[in-house]
Amino acid sequence: MTTPSIEAVAAELQQLVGMESAAASYLVEKGHIRRFAEAIGDPNPLFSDGAAARKGPYGGIIAPPTFLRNCSPGPFSQPIRVPLARNLDGGSDWEYLEPIRPGDTITAVQRFAAVTTRQSRLGTMIIMSRETRYTNQFGKLVAIQRSHGMSY
Amino acid sequence: MPTTLYWEDVKEGQDLPPLVKKPTTQQLVKYAGASGDFYQIHYDKDFALANKLPGVILHGALKNAFLGQLMTDWIGEHGRLKRLSVQYRGMDVPGDTLTCKGRVTKKYVQEGQHCVDCEIWLENGKGEKTTPGSATVALPTRSGG
Repeated sequence: MTTPSIEAVAAELQQLVGMESAAASYLVEKGHIRRFAEAIGDPNPLFSDGAAARKGPYGGIIAPPTFLRNCSPGPFSQPIRVPLARNLDGGSDWEYLEPIRPGDTITAVQRFAAVTTRQSRLGTMIIMSRETRYTNQFGKLVAIQRSHGMSY
Repeated sequence: MPTTLYWEDVKEGQDLPPLVKKPTTQQLVKYAGASGDFYQIHYDKDFALANKLPGVILHGALKNAFLGQLMTDWIGEHGRLKRLSVQYRGMDVPGDTLTCKGRVTKKYVQEGQHCVDCEIWLENGKGEKTTPGSATVALPTRSGG
């Protein structure tokens, strides 16, 4: 079996642009917020100290901004398969609209937004952009993440 | 909590207080568990080496979290992080000393919000900017706006 060219892989992925994932919902637990804050090494009382956070502007604990990384969107009806060995995370652009509190239910839906190719030190790369929208149980848009993955 | 940061007290061109991080392999495992990102390049050295990496490397999203902390530490509980953008340009490895830094690029009022744009980045122990980015925050004002 021959390895397909990067251009052929990119052309095939291009067919999937615009596709939306299924929704996936998550109940945000206080212990998970605390564990996440501890894992990133952030001692901010807003994320872990209930008594201190209750006196603050949110009246209780909220999640650190990047906590939503936990809330993966549901699957795509047609899986996005990249027949390349190496994948790197290129970066993220987050827009934050509402705080996330323990007890919230967050629903994530991702749109496969774009496919481009680029020459780099590591050879030709495929760059895939995805936009994930996170809403809470009140139907409010909580955050939008635009992320870029690189495959080569 | 730190004292409140007011919009009036921010100056364009000023540096943000730096945040130093010393990630360990243990932290990468904790982050894998807490974030649900179990890609093996972040905790399995043999797997990372087989993928032509220098060893296990930091999750990009962990560096994103460090830069998020840079911002939330600076603005305090009354400020609001509106936007956080990071680009993973270079790999970072556990055992290195990483420093998150930032600088105010613009102050403005938009739709009644008192906003500040910052250029932010993460430097490795050699002073190389591996993770540049930008952020926008909204701050309280002394006049209560």
